[in-house]
Amino acid sequence: MITDSLAVAFIVVFAIATSLPIGRYIFCVFSDRRTWLDPVLMPVERLVLRAIGVDASAQQDWKAYSRSLLVSNVVMWLATFLIVSVQHALPLNPDGVANMEPTLAFNTISSFTTNTNLQHYSGETGLSYLSQMIVVGFLQFVTAATGVAAGIAVMRGLASHRLSTLGNFYVDLTRATFRVFLPLALLVSIVVMSQGTPMTFEGAARVTTLEGQEQTIARGVTAAVVSIKQLGTNGGGYFGPNSAHPYENPTPLSNLVETWAILVMPMAMVWTLGHMVGRGRFALVIFATMLAIYVPMVVAGVTFEARGNPALEAMGVNQATGSLEGKEVRFGAALSALWAVSTTVTSNGSVNAMHDSLTPLGGLLSMVGMWLNNVFGGVGVGFINMLIFVVVGVFIAGMMIGRTPELLGKKVEGREMKLASLALLWHPLAILAGAAVACYVWATTADPAMSLGWLKNPGPHGFSEMLYEFTSAAANNGSGFEGLGDNTPFWNISTGVVMLLSRYIPIIAPLALAGSLAAKPAARETAGSLPADSATFGFTLWAVILILGLLMFMPAAVLGPISEHLALQ
Amino acid sequence: MLRELRSSVLFTLVSMILLGGVYQGIVWAIGRVAFPEQAAGSLIRDRRGWVVGSQLIAQPFSRPEYFHPRPSAVDFNAAATGGSNYGPSNPEHLAAVRERLSRLAAANQVPVSQVPAEMVTASGAGLDPHIPPAGADIQVARVASARRVSVDRVRDLVQTHTEPPTLGFLGRPRVNVLELNLALDAVLGGASSTTPPHESRR
Repeated sequence: MITDSLAVAFIVVFAIATSLPIGRYIFCVFSDRRTWLDPVLMPVERLVLRAIGVDASAQQDWKAYSRSLLVSNVVMWLATFLIVSVQHALPLNPDGVANMEPTLAFNTISSFTTNTNLQHYSGETGLSYLSQMIVVGFLQFVTAATGVAAGIAVMRGLASHRLSTLGNFYVDLTRATFRVFLPLALLVSIVVMSQGTPMTFEGAARVTTLEGQEQTIARGVTAAVVSIKQLGTNGGGYFGPNSAHPYENPTPLSNLVETWAILVMPMAMVWTLGHMVGRGRFALVIFATMLAIYVPMVVAGVTFEARGNPALEAMGVNQATGSLEGKEVRFGAALSALWAVSTTVTSNGSVNAMHDSLTPLGGLLSMVGMWLNNVFGGVGVGFINMLIFVVVGVFIAGMMIGRTPELLGKKVEGREMKLASLALLWHPLAILAGAAVACYVWATTADPAMSLGWLKNPGPHGFSEMLYEFTSAAANNGSGFEGLGDNTPFWNISTGVVMLLSRYIPIIAPLALAGSLAAKPAARETAGSLPADSATFGFTLWAVILILGLLMFMPAAVLGPISEHLALQ
Repeated sequence: MLRELRSSVLFTLVSMILLGGVYQGIVWAIGRVAFPEQAAGSLIRDRRGWVVGSQLIAQPFSRPEYFHPRPSAVDFNAAATGGSNYGPSNPEHLAAVRERLSRLAAANQVPVSQVPAEMVTASGAGLDPHIPPAGADIQVARVASARRVSVDRVRDLVQTHTEPPTLGFLGRPRVNVLELNLALDAVLGGASSTTPPHESRR
C-alpha cells in the first residue's frame, strides 16, 4: 500500500512538473516565438501550409474561425467514413477485416472526429491496418489539434483588447498537429515499443502453446497509435481492451509513461493560458482549483479499489491486494484506480482496467470525472469547459457583492452569460435525456433482456451501464461500461448524434463568447472588483463547479452506483 | 467557401500521408532497428526455433505439472480479447468466483483463505501473463508432486521468476506464467517430451 501510494503520487507530481515546460513550449509555438525544435519542425509547418495554400498572416474573426473548424472537420469525417466503408478492398489488410456496417461506421467516425473514441467495434476484428493508420492514427492527431486550436483561439480572445480576430484556424491546426503532438508522440511511441508494444505489418502470429493448443495472437501497427491515443486525450485503443491489453501497455514503466501522457497535455494547456493572457497567477488559481478536485478523487478511487469487493470478502476471498476483477496483475488496484480517474477527468477514455468491473463507487468517480469534464479536461476543450464555469463563477460572485461581473478586466454581460449557459446546460441535458430515452426503450420493450440484449449486468448496475454510455458520449470521453451490448443501430445512432452535438456546441459557443470578450475594452480593476487571480476566487470557482456541475446528476447517481454500493454492504 | 473547402481537403490529404504514412513508417523503422523483438510481439522460441508463444500473452494451462494463469473471460483467445465486464454485484460473477475458489482450493489442497483475489477474478484483457507470487505459492506443491521433484526446487524457480515492482515502487510483484513453465520444462525436464511439435508461421 505504501509503495502503491508512492507510485500514484510520483506519477501525478511527474506530470505536473513536466507540464510546466510543455505549457511554455505550446505558448511559444502559437506566439511565433523561437523554440529549440524549430530547425526540424518549422520546415514541416511551412511545407504543410504551402501545400494547403493558406496565407499564414490572414486573421479570422470568431465566425470565420468556427467556419473553418467545422468545414475541415466535415471533410475529415467524410473522407474517413468512406475509407472504413470500403476497407476490405483496400491494401494493408492482412487479417482480412470486413467493411464497416453503415450505422457502426457512422458511430465510429463521429466518435473519432469528435475526439471521443467511443468504440462499438473491437480493434482486432473491426479495422484493417490501413484504417488503424490513416483513419484512427490520422484523426487522433488532427482532432486533438482541433481542440488545441479552439483553446488557443479562446485564450487569444481573453488576452486581446478591442480586437475582432482570434487567429487563423489552419495555421493553429497545423502547428498543434505537427509542432506539438508529433514530436511528443514519436517520443512516447519509442518508449512503449521498448517495453513491448508491437509495431509490425506481419499480421497475427499463430503459435502452438506448451500444452499443444493453437493460439492466434493479434498484433499490428500498435505503438504509433498508442502514443497519440494517450497524448491527444483520444483514448481509442488498438485492441478491444485498450491499455489493459498486455501489448498496449506491457509493463509498469509503459503504464507510467501512458498515464503521464493522459495528464500532461491537458495540464500544460492551463500553463499556456497563463502565458497567453500574461497572468501566471490566473493560471495558477485555475490549476489549483482543478487539482483540488482531482487529488481527492484519486485518493478516493485508490481507496475504494484497494478495499476490495464486499461480496467477495463475504465468500472468504483473500483481497489483500484489492478488487481485481477486470484488472491486471502488473498494475494492481492502485495504478488502475489512478488511471480510471485520470482518463475520465481529462476526456481521454483509454482504460487499463475494465470500468464495468470497478467497485460501485470507483465507477461513480469515473462518471463524476466526465460529468464535470473540466478538471484538466480534453486538450484545449478542457480549458474551454473550465472557462464556462469561470464566467458563471465571476457572474455569481459579482451578484453576491453587488457589482458588474468582470473577467480579466472585461465586463461579463447578458450575451456572455447566455452563451455560457448554453454550453453549460447542453452537457447534462444530453446525458440525462439520453439515459432516460434508453430506459424508456428498455422498459417498453417486451422481454428486453432477450430482444435487446443490451445489459450484461442486472439491477442498478444495468442502469449504470446505460448512464455511463451517454455520459461518455457527451463528455467526448470514449471509455465505457463495456458490458453494454452497444453495437446496435439504437446505440450507434443515438450516441453518434450526442457525440457530434456535444463536441461542437461547447466549442462554438465559447468561441463566440471569446469573440465578444475580445472586442471589449479592458476596464481598470478597482478595489470593488473580485480579481480572478485570487485564492478567494479559486475557492468560489471550486464550489461553483461542484454545485452546478454535480448536483443535477445526483438523482441518477443514486439510482445507479450508489444503490449498488449500498446493496453490496 | 470554395477556397475553404480546398484548404480542408488538401489539409486532410497531406496530413493523412504525413501522419498515417510517414510518421507510422518512422516509428516502424525505429522499432525494426532498435527493438526488433518487442516490435514483433515479444515472441518466445524454443531451442528448435519454433514460436511457442509471446512473453506478454497468457496461454491456457490446465495440466497439473504446469502453473496455471488467472481466469480469462475470453478463454485466452488472443485475437478477440476482453474482460468479463461483470459488475461487482452480478450474481453470475459471484457464482463464477465461488466455483473457481472451491476448485482452486481443492486442486491445490490449500485453505480458501490462501487463494488470492487475482486467481479467482478474470483479468482486463483475458490475457494477463502474470500471477502474483501468492498465486504461484499455492500451486507449488501440486506442480512438484506432478513432476515428482522436491517442493524446494520448484519454489526456487518461482522465486527466480518473481519480478519485483519496477524501480522498486511501480506496479506489483509478479510471476510470468509462461516463462516459469518454460523454465520448469528446461530445468526439471518432463512434460516437454509429450508436447506435439510446434508449428509456426516464421
